[in-house]
Amino acid sequence: MSIEVRIPTILRQYTGGEKAVDGAGATLAELLDDLESRHAGLRDRLVDEKGLRRFVNVYLNDEDVRFLDGLGTPVKDGDSVTVLPAVAGG
Amino acid sequence: MLEIARSTYDDIVAHARRDHPDEACGVVAGPVGTDRPERFVPMLNAARSPTFYEFDPADLLALYRDMDDRDEEPVVVYHSHTATEAYPSRTDITLAQEPGAHYVLISTRDPETVELRSYRILDGEVTEEEVRVVPALSPRRTS
Repeated sequence: MSIEVRIPTILRQYTGGEKAVDGAGATLAELLDDLESRHAGLRDRLVDEKGLRRFVNVYLNDEDVRFLDGLGTPVKDGDSVTVLPAVAGG
Repeated sequence: MLEIARSTYDDIVAHARRDHPDEACGVVAGPVGTDRPERFVPMLNAARSPTFYEFDPADLLALYRDMDDRDEEPVVVYHSHTATEAYPSRTDITLAQEPGAHYVLISTRDPETVELRSYRILDGEVTEEEVRVVPALSPRRTS
């Protein structure tokens, strides 16, 4: 078992074109560290020194992790994480 | 070049007019790889602002799930400018994250004039493209 992470088009350059990759960890932060070990550069597109980037949305199953515990959100085998860039502008 | 059906074009313009003075936003989805804007999906501007738009994050997830289920992608991502020309702002360029999409801009600054233009936005570079409005999209090739 592992955690499936769905990757948006713009970030598939880090996953060899894969739409979804598997990872492991007890929290979202650990999961992203695990992914980074195989998909270098991905983590940086999702987080900065302050935490999750403002215009990237990360969902645990159906929940925006901003309404959970952000990077500290607990994750477990069988969960599904979805990354979607914000659609926004001025 | 963006080829778009007259009815979809009118739907986008009507949405922009309706939400004025706030910015309106949405997508036109189409089957993956076809470049056909077939399904008009107006979205809520969670920012409810005359100078900014953002799809509500929960609506965004629902939209992408739905497109995934239908084997679709966002062929067009549109939004309006309410006081300036239909050209991508600096913010639009910085935040553009759909490399395959036609970014359609509508200006509602003049109630009498329709301004709708389309762009590709890739790595911070904006390229305007022709918009061809057709009575209906040509029949889909099946091969």
